[in-house]
Amino acid sequence: MIYREAGDFKTSYRSDGQTFPIRLDRWGYYVVVAIAFGIIPFVINDYWASAVLVPFLIYAIAAMGLNILTGYAGQVSLGTGGFMAVGAYSVYKLMTAFPEVSIVIHILLAGGITAAVGVLFGLPSLRIKGFYLAVATLAAQFFLVWLFNKVPWFYNYSASGQINSPTRTVMDIAVTGPTTSAAAKYLVCLCFAFALAWVARNLTRGTLGRKWMAIRDMDIAAEIIGVNPLTAKLSAFAVSSFFVGIAGALLFSVYLGAAEVGEAFGINKSFLILFMIIIGGLGSIFGSFAGAAFLVLLPVLLKNVLVGQLGWPTDLAAHIELMIVGALIILFLIVEPHGLARLWALTKEKLRLWPFPH
Amino acid sequence: MDQLIFAAEVFLNGLMTGVMYALVALGFVLIYKASGVFNYAQGVLALFAALTLVGIQQGQIPFAHMINATFGTNLHHFGWTVPAIIAILLTAGVMVLLAWLIERLILRHLIGQEPIILFMATIGLAWFLEGLGDVMWGADIKTLDVGLPQGISETVESVTDSIFGYGFFIDRLDIWAAVIASLLVAALVAFAQYTKQGRAMRAVADDHQAALSVGISLRFIWVMVWSIAGFVALVAGIMWGTKSGVQFSLSLIALKALPVLMLGGFTSIPGAIVGGLIIGVGEKLFEFGIGPLVGGATENWFAYVLALLFLVFRPQGLFGERIIERV
Repeated sequence: MIYREAGDFKTSYRSDGQTFPIRLDRWGYYVVVAIAFGIIPFVINDYWASAVLVPFLIYAIAAMGLNILTGYAGQVSLGTGGFMAVGAYSVYKLMTAFPEVSIVIHILLAGGITAAVGVLFGLPSLRIKGFYLAVATLAAQFFLVWLFNKVPWFYNYSASGQINSPTRTVMDIAVTGPTTSAAAKYLVCLCFAFALAWVARNLTRGTLGRKWMAIRDMDIAAEIIGVNPLTAKLSAFAVSSFFVGIAGALLFSVYLGAAEVGEAFGINKSFLILFMIIIGGLGSIFGSFAGAAFLVLLPVLLKNVLVGQLGWPTDLAAHIELMIVGALIILFLIVEPHGLARLWALTKEKLRLWPFPH
Repeated sequence: MDQLIFAAEVFLNGLMTGVMYALVALGFVLIYKASGVFNYAQGVLALFAALTLVGIQQGQIPFAHMINATFGTNLHHFGWTVPAIIAILLTAGVMVLLAWLIERLILRHLIGQEPIILFMATIGLAWFLEGLGDVMWGADIKTLDVGLPQGISETVESVTDSIFGYGFFIDRLDIWAAVIASLLVAALVAFAQYTKQGRAMRAVADDHQAALSVGISLRFIWVMVWSIAGFVALVAGIMWGTKSGVQFSLSLIALKALPVLMLGGFTSIPGAIVGGLIIGVGEKLFEFGIGPLVGGATENWFAYVLALLFLVFRPQGLFGERIIERV
């Protein structure tokens, strides 16, 4: 009854075009942000940080990145894991080569390096599309993982082939390395996720985003009305890879602390992120968050039920989880191809008329 | 000269591997041509078929792990072993059942969706089948033996020894795989050309609506095509499983069928075979020639990068239909 735009008068184009045009929505958003920044850091413990919140935020960033490429620009990519590895290894090399520079700058630079690599692997998209492109991005996935495995320079010639993140601080608080507190990990990821979500939202509703969507809907037609496919596609690859690179850098340096490329950034990671955006909703920033939350929470929940309640061994639970995720993907594609974001939008539509739907 | 002889041996081995890739790629092409679905799950289908075959052959109890965990029992095997030929027939039956279920539960509901949505659905299917295979038959590495000959082929060794003074090492299994694959392709081509169902299949591949309007049941054809693809997956699973054990990496090997397809073109059976041979030979020769310089294991990515570079110059692949787009 209170979810109405009635009485909420817009007097400028600016306020008419805002992200949350309905007052209740806007307040809900402020409340969520206030809780995320003001309350959770003080009550968070290690379990919640490492099992739920930190991976959620990191995967949300990666999902936003892939969503820009696949959901907005229509270029299917199966190379997300490889690009995350680029982010992780760039931040590792930067951290160890320039220890005095702030980690925040390193993470941003890692995103930039990943963007450059992304553009390189995006070049074929000018010639090939659809499935062909999806398979072509597999080349990025396998080649990059192989590269980081085989060239010792990337892991500083360490005997195990692993990379370990050294301790780095922001304002004298450790944010990477073994001594990091749960709150610090969470806050770093939250700041990046918040800032990047803001960037993504504003990019996708501006000129660039409209160009991407025109290319997605029909590239030849878009070219005819004056969208340059070269810049549109490559900028989508660049922005997307920037996001994915930052997610990879955070995943390695803040969350995992140590990583082995084949395990942490294998092909299954690419699929996981792809599933997040399918379940969450293609072409939606909110969907990226919803999908990431869903696929981070689902294993935790299943593990609690199957291992905790039924007492099944963990390997069996892991296989059941594969089945459930696979079945859910199919179910979502059949029932609601636009994902959780569409369900959420439908709910809001209904809510606007409630309780008098006629 | 020695290097050249080694290279020739590598070349021959590459051809044999290529046949194996072509075998998986064949399944993709069949489904793609008939239903326009790009079936990512084909590799996992091969894995699932191989797992089922081993399970039936050794008399494993399906879902034993889960039953044991739930009821605290300790079941493993029925205590019998099934002869290979019956096990293969039973597995083929399972694959037909699976094809029917896939059509019934997934494809039927996705008619008219964009191809990319169908592609993603098959990725979901791949995950599901992977989990199902592990839950049903256990995730440990299994050896598969249906009586195919294995080990070095003495004939090839002695013949090459008398010619070059150096005996080539070629697995007898690879030779058998090549023979079986050619028989399979010949049978498929004959089926498509000379039987009623085969003609219906080609009609569907050509134009769904026109096929419907002359009274061909799309659903029957789809079930049939997926069954055939399941059967091809079974053959591929037997070959790969005998060669390197039945385990998860089987589905990753099968993933290599994707660059094979891109090289050959999605719509062409000869393309799948030629593409398979090129990729098989190419990656073996590359690993032989360049691999040691860059640290080895180039087989992981060579096929993909080759296909990528190739596509930049010829987007529809070697034998694919020309892509024509209109606004």
